[in-house]
Amino acid sequence: MSLPFIIIAFVTLFAAAAAMSLRNLVHCALALTVTFAGLAALYLNLDAQFVGFAQILVYVGAVAILIVFAILLTRSGDSPNQAVLAPGWFYGIVISATIFTALGWAVLNSGALPKQILAAPEATVKSIGEALMTKYVLPLEVIGLLLTAAMIGAVVIALKEPAKTEDSGRKS
Amino acid sequence: MTPLQGCLLVSALLFAIGFAGAVTRRHAILALVGIELMLNAANLNFIAFWRYGAHPEAITGVMFVIFSIAIAAAEAAVGLALIIAIYRHYKTSNLDEVKELKG
Repeated sequence: MSLPFIIIAFVTLFAAAAAMSLRNLVHCALALTVTFAGLAALYLNLDAQFVGFAQILVYVGAVAILIVFAILLTRSGDSPNQAVLAPGWFYGIVISATIFTALGWAVLNSGALPKQILAAPEATVKSIGEALMTKYVLPLEVIGLLLTAAMIGAVVIALKEPAKTEDSGRKS
Repeated sequence: MTPLQGCLLVSALLFAIGFAGAVTRRHAILALVGIELMLNAANLNFIAFWRYGAHPEAITGVMFVIFSIAIAAAEAAVGLALIIAIYRHYKTSNLDEVKELKG
């Protein structure tokens, strides 16, 4: 393991823990942005340039802004002195610690993981684009359809509820 | 510890943090953020196995992550729209207070 990987991993995990534990929601969103940027740096560190920059574009650029807008739109009614954690939070922490212990044990003791380190593979934008246009063209179309449907659905869901039209119906 | 195991451990810890946040926080947006963190942990696993796996010349891992990012973006958009609609209806975004299905 190289030193840059360790540094990036620590920053990412610390920011993730901060995003999940801070009280102020805007601070949570900022810590989440740092987490996404750290993940993009991890992808770049693992020689996946296209995915790293896509992560920056999609998550740091779009999802973080979306979350900040949602926080600002839903923030007024809450009193700040409310309890942050749900009842039964202790069991949630215990379950997540159990999950991490099981996963970590499996990772450290597995014999199936490849031991030798190969040279950095080539995943240029050209090869990714060729694969997207030939082998993966059907998933690409389906993803386009899904994104369109999700966009329309999000707009329809977030539209204002129609006002009761009974009165206006009587008048006309 | 090989680099692959390091990546997998980071990913496992990220998943555990996301799960703990999604389960324990009361605010609906933070539950969604926890789910995003779990999806990102899965993406990190894909990239790590692609980089250190047996056949990196097949770019399957990268393709999987690209599609996964697209689906996660769609999920975030629809989820946040739902949260805004719920907030407009119930005047709260606290998950414990949204109990009744009947409006």
